[in-house]
Amino acid sequence: MVAIGEVNVLMDTTGPPRRAARRPTRSRLADRLLSISWWRGIVLVCTGAFFLIPLYAALRFSLQTFSGGFSFSAFGAIPSQQGFTAALSLSVRLAVVTTLITLGLMVPTSVYVHLRLPRLRRTFDGITIVPIVIPPVVLIVGVLQVAPTFLKSTPYLLALMYAILAMPFVYRSLDAGLRAIDLKTLVEASRSLGGRWGSTLWRVIMPNLRTGLLSATVLTVALVLGEFTMASLDLYQTVPVWIYNFAQDDGHVSTAVSLLALVVTWVVLLVISSFDLRRIRRTAQIRKDA
Amino acid sequence: MTTAAPEQVPSRRRARQAFAAAAGLVPFGIYTVLFLGVPVVAVVVSAFRSPSGGWTLHNVWIASHGIYAHGFVMTIEMALLTSVGPGIAGLVVAHAVLTSRGRILRRVVSTASGVFAQFGGVPLAFLFIATLGSTGLLTGWLKAAGFDPYDHGFDLYTFFGVSIVYTYFQLPLMVLIVTPALEGLRPAWREAASGLGARSWEYWRYVGGPVLLPSFLGGVLLLFGSALSAYATAQALTSGSIPLTAIQIGSFLNGNVIPGEQNVGKALGVGLILVIGVAMVFYSMLQKRASRWLQ
Repeated sequence: MVAIGEVNVLMDTTGPPRRAARRPTRSRLADRLLSISWWRGIVLVCTGAFFLIPLYAALRFSLQTFSGGFSFSAFGAIPSQQGFTAALSLSVRLAVVTTLITLGLMVPTSVYVHLRLPRLRRTFDGITIVPIVIPPVVLIVGVLQVAPTFLKSTPYLLALMYAILAMPFVYRSLDAGLRAIDLKTLVEASRSLGGRWGSTLWRVIMPNLRTGLLSATVLTVALVLGEFTMASLDLYQTVPVWIYNFAQDDGHVSTAVSLLALVVTWVVLLVISSFDLRRIRRTAQIRKDA
Repeated sequence: MTTAAPEQVPSRRRARQAFAAAAGLVPFGIYTVLFLGVPVVAVVVSAFRSPSGGWTLHNVWIASHGIYAHGFVMTIEMALLTSVGPGIAGLVVAHAVLTSRGRILRRVVSTASGVFAQFGGVPLAFLFIATLGSTGLLTGWLKAAGFDPYDHGFDLYTFFGVSIVYTYFQLPLMVLIVTPALEGLRPAWREAASGLGARSWEYWRYVGGPVLLPSFLGGVLLLFGSALSAYATAQALTSGSIPLTAIQIGSFLNGNVIPGEQNVGKALGVGLILVIGVAMVFYSMLQKRASRWLQ
């Protein structure tokens, strides 16, 4: 906008005839801006309706009672449903184990690639995107074919596979975090002060990577809690599989659980992003003080 | 780390150094090969083997005919519809949000698209059954307004219905992908263009469009892949009544198998990977053209 104003000012100094010629252009521009914001309003309202109406519908449906009134009984009934606590506990255990495996594998590897093999960064980028190309349903078919029995008989085979599914997202978050810090200087400083590799990674790199680690964790947890394909084909009852199996019995409770799943993820993400915001503000404060 | 320039290091030593450097990648490499490489190779190999052992093309023949061929056609149509449509819509929405002045709006949209993009599968199916199912809320509203969608050929449990449901996670995914690219469009370019007398469409045709095209295509490719391998949503909505390839593969694991055709599911899997491969080749060709256009 500034530049256009400047152009107009320049034109103004060149004399009255030009100024007269410029005037209508300016008002046409204003008209166009007005029509753009109209258009933007329509787009935003339609999108909002598309995303909010199903939420509202699900909320209403799960609050409805058979007599036609409204009550929270469907939400209150969730914990006492048969199999729900077992499913929830399995999902939570899988989420924890998957997060540990993923971070344990990806953090050292990404740091190593960034530090020692920066030329391989593009290649590594390509390798970590491969799991997106392989449909999970195909992957689980292969896994169930080749996995030895001792792995097939434990639900943690799923955690091992989820680590593969999470790899593209986790690497991308870590990569963004690593690009944002001066990794080489940090490591050299820590090493020259006598820090060993383990403590450098744990006490210098990890705290600096906090944001990247957090978003990697959130993405992994969200993926594990929502994954249906592999769990159902491996015949383990995680929360999504339970919702699916239970729906035949009580649609109201299933819808209530579905809504709850969405809201919980949203709250977790909001908490994480506000944590991030606080950190940015604090950094800004430190810079200002310095 | 030595400070010597690489040219001065003897080649053997350099090779040894490279080897030592690669050693740090060993755990990652082993994990990826074991849990990604081996299963995929196993699927590809078994696609060409008969249940009694020995090589055969029988599985591939079955997988490319009849209901399975129909499944591939449906899957590709569905993936195209739900990647191009929500892709364009996502671009428009992201643009509308970014050019609006509300900072709160931006924050809400960015966290919301993170949540909705992850939100697929069974819970999503329930949301839409409560909305557009035959007794859903929106269906009720439309009926009250004198328009019964179920009398006009609409059905949530069909191809068109499922593609509306897919939009619920595809559109936010596109918003997430394309927002950084839109943020890269500098306001100064637009000002320069209009300063030179370009109209709005000319700006998009000659400046904004070419800059955005690569990321837009990349986003659409990602949406295509995600629609292609989506299993949970369609399974939960239709219980397999729409013949999508991913669901057909799943039904082989569930034991719905004609004797002698145990490996057809694996041939279908290879087919799915091939479809994504072809899409990626197209993408890189377009990408190359787009980058030439940029120069």
